[in-house]
Amino acid sequence: MTIQPPAYSKKDFMSDQIIRWCPGCGDYSILSQVQTVFAGLGIPKEQFAVISGIGCSSRFPYYMDTYGFHTIHGRAPTFATGLKATRPDLHVWVITGDGDGLSIGGNHFAHVLRRNVDVNVLLFNNRIYGLTKGQYSPTSEVGKRTKSTPMGSLDAPFEPLRFALGSGASCIMRSIDIFAPHLRAQVEAAHHHTGTVLLEIYQNCNIFNDGAFADFTDRKVRDERVLYLEDGQPLVWGKAARRGLVLDGLALKVVELGDEGGEDQVLRHDASNRMLAQLLVDMDPAAGFPVAIGTFFAEHRTPYDVAFQEQLAEATERLGAGDLQKLLNAGDIWSVS
Amino acid sequence: MTTPPTTTLDRVVVRFAGDSGDGMQLAGTQFTRTSALEGNDLATLPDFPAEIRAPAGTPEGVSSFQIQLASHEIFTPGDIADALVALNPAALTVNLSAVREGGLVIVNTDKFGKIDLEKARLSSNPLEDGSLETWRVIPAPISSLTLEAVEPFGLGRKHADRCKNFFALGVVYWLYGRPLDVTEAWITKKFKAPFDDANLAALRAGHAWAETSELFQDHYEVPKASLPTGTYRNLTGNMGIALGLAAAAITSKRTVFYGTYPITPASDILHALAPFKNFGVATFQAEDEIAAVCAAIGASYGGSIGVTGTSGPGLALKAEAIGLAVCTELPLIVVNVQRAGPSTGMPTKTEQADLLQTMYGRNGEAPLAVLAASRPSDCFEVALEAARLSLKYRTPVMVLSDGYIANGAEPWPVPDVTALPSIAVDNAPPRGPDDPPFLAYARDPETLARPWAVPGTPGLEHRIGGLEKDDGTGNVSYDPANHEKMSRLREEKIRRMQQDIPPTAVHGTADGVLVIGWGSTFGAIRTVVDQLLADGERVAHVHLRHINPFPADLGELLARYDKVLVPELNLGQLSRLLRAEYLVDAVSVSKIQGQPFKTTELKQRITALMG
Repeated sequence: MTIQPPAYSKKDFMSDQIIRWCPGCGDYSILSQVQTVFAGLGIPKEQFAVISGIGCSSRFPYYMDTYGFHTIHGRAPTFATGLKATRPDLHVWVITGDGDGLSIGGNHFAHVLRRNVDVNVLLFNNRIYGLTKGQYSPTSEVGKRTKSTPMGSLDAPFEPLRFALGSGASCIMRSIDIFAPHLRAQVEAAHHHTGTVLLEIYQNCNIFNDGAFADFTDRKVRDERVLYLEDGQPLVWGKAARRGLVLDGLALKVVELGDEGGEDQVLRHDASNRMLAQLLVDMDPAAGFPVAIGTFFAEHRTPYDVAFQEQLAEATERLGAGDLQKLLNAGDIWSVS
Repeated sequence: MTTPPTTTLDRVVVRFAGDSGDGMQLAGTQFTRTSALEGNDLATLPDFPAEIRAPAGTPEGVSSFQIQLASHEIFTPGDIADALVALNPAALTVNLSAVREGGLVIVNTDKFGKIDLEKARLSSNPLEDGSLETWRVIPAPISSLTLEAVEPFGLGRKHADRCKNFFALGVVYWLYGRPLDVTEAWITKKFKAPFDDANLAALRAGHAWAETSELFQDHYEVPKASLPTGTYRNLTGNMGIALGLAAAAITSKRTVFYGTYPITPASDILHALAPFKNFGVATFQAEDEIAAVCAAIGASYGGSIGVTGTSGPGLALKAEAIGLAVCTELPLIVVNVQRAGPSTGMPTKTEQADLLQTMYGRNGEAPLAVLAASRPSDCFEVALEAARLSLKYRTPVMVLSDGYIANGAEPWPVPDVTALPSIAVDNAPPRGPDDPPFLAYARDPETLARPWAVPGTPGLEHRIGGLEKDDGTGNVSYDPANHEKMSRLREEKIRRMQQDIPPTAVHGTADGVLVIGWGSTFGAIRTVVDQLLADGERVAHVHLRHINPFPADLGELLARYDKVLVPELNLGQLSRLLRAEYLVDAVSVSKIQGQPFKTTELKQRITALMG
């Protein structure tokens, strides 16, 4: 008998709760894409656990008809680690934002990545604090004027993917809320990677930081500004793929492709190449580079939860199931009769 | 050679003191093992600096280990030592006040050179300036005799000198008529050649020197104690907690997940639990205190028993997450091995000043159960009890220990595991599409516990979190009446645990003065109350294991006494709780010096208050 994978529709992953994000928020699209992808994975829905921290993005679990845990600010990766280490059978997803994940939760963010717990982290990056009503975030650009920084923010932003790569992430990705087909593909790719995935999603906050990504997501310009990373494919973009990335010494350089050719110089994407991932993460759009989306880097490394369970199994195999009486009687014992 | 007469003692207190690198804890532990196997009742107290290796020879680097052994039941490591072994001048001066007048002071005379005295910051040599006249000083050239004894093994000076703790131990073994075989066997097992032979030689040389030096006027013996029948082992509080948690895994048939971050004096619980993997105990050394408790809650969410262990500063960091466990009504055990505070305080010194933090140190009304261990041998039962209550009532349970209990040791009657009751509880069962909707906050009518609906169970998909819940559905609710209802339900759930608490045990008279305590003051209070009872006083001792909720009969019991005294190693925290709960004139007897009560000082203070 073959077990049929459950036939779900997106609706099966929609909870009965009223969604309380602002109309027009990028979170709606992300929710919709995740629900669609989950429905198509052929996994019984009771096997999904969606864990979040605090912030607008972290309301996400309430709207998914799966197991969900809305925890405390910045700590979602730690709950997910305890759950996945003890329950490797579950599919654990972590929902976080730029404030939750990189500010108050920066420590745990780094540690879940280095441990490579087999969870998928969706980081909704809107470069602003939404739920607390509009303060600058650790991904806001320098000089950001907000209620808390009327003369402009002073601190340099984190580049989340650079942080992740530096923390030893086994897989880093980026997508954009309104790029629905791309986002669905990345969410599905995240599911298939074994180990921690960091999927950064540029998400527009239309109330406090509207248009933060319009420079490259606007329909009029996106083809000219966005580079889709595809493993094994040339790093080219623009109308008729007329621009490409070449290596110039130890740096990337943008070249115009055209009648003079030059295609053979263009780099091909290799998601197993950490150095290339670093170069791609470091591209500065202000210096004429495109904004890359897709899978920057992916490697296979034994996930923490697998190794954790292996140690438990190995101990039992080597020592046998624990005999409590023997344990209590260990060491020097003596009898009084 | 004249063999001095043997004097029989019913109890003796011995203190070993040296540099923190001198192996004094090891010598003390060996003396403890031997005495335990000889059948004495005993209690031990290690006292070591927080620094791993403070500069050698300085007062800051002194490490000591005190043991009381007796031929009758005892409850403390003793107020004051009958004998001190001091391996250097700093160890001597730091510990001298802990030795009774006329007590024996065995001094390593090889370490009293000019530089040694300078390191100890002494302007004159105490061996020569008459400052030791109050004690019986035994000058022992321990370093040079040790070097001589181990010379055949070619260790080199540094390693040879390290054998001197065994020489000192050999001296003390002779003095108290202890056999060498237990330590000999241990050395043989523990050390590789040539260190095994060298340490054996040092131990035997110390013993022989004591026997032949004719410096000792007496030679003592402490007969076996008549302990209740059973199998015993020597147990520290931290090991007791660890064994209790292993027993919880076995008797609940669930994984115990211990998430923690190293902190003094709780780290030994992690060290003890880490090798228990084949007992269903998983350990996780997290990146910080917060991650440790959150991972434990994540494990509980998945159906394991989440446990976190820490000390006061770590507990402060965990407060928000513990509140989440209160709100999501998941099992969680939090072990707080208290140390002197506030802030970093005195990490290796004991205190009971986290009681109010434990009770109230969270935002909002966030009640949880609080249990306190009274002595090392109590820790096993308390840890198991915490697991039982946490599983049954689906709520966090805090276990209070402290540095004195954690590192102290005493004989523990090993329980028969077949007599340990099951603490197993069921997960919520799966549901089909035709079943009514699952209510994540439906309640057991007896315990008020909500269903433990672990991920992976078909039909129970639901969402929980730190936002207030609607009673029943568990959906997010801002309804004012619901918030009051839920707040009262969470409190009532804790109060319902009273049905699991046995009647309060009273030791002493049914009226007169009641001395009530909790935690590690047990030994001092029990000793004092026993002395007062022997003097014919009307006095009783009650020691609380359950602090939240208090036992149901406590109010009535307090009302029976004319006076209620509450000795605590804080500024009066239990006394405040008792006053608030029962409107009783509980009088605080407090001490906050990082040290336990001495029985003499406690007796004096209690007697003064008895009027």
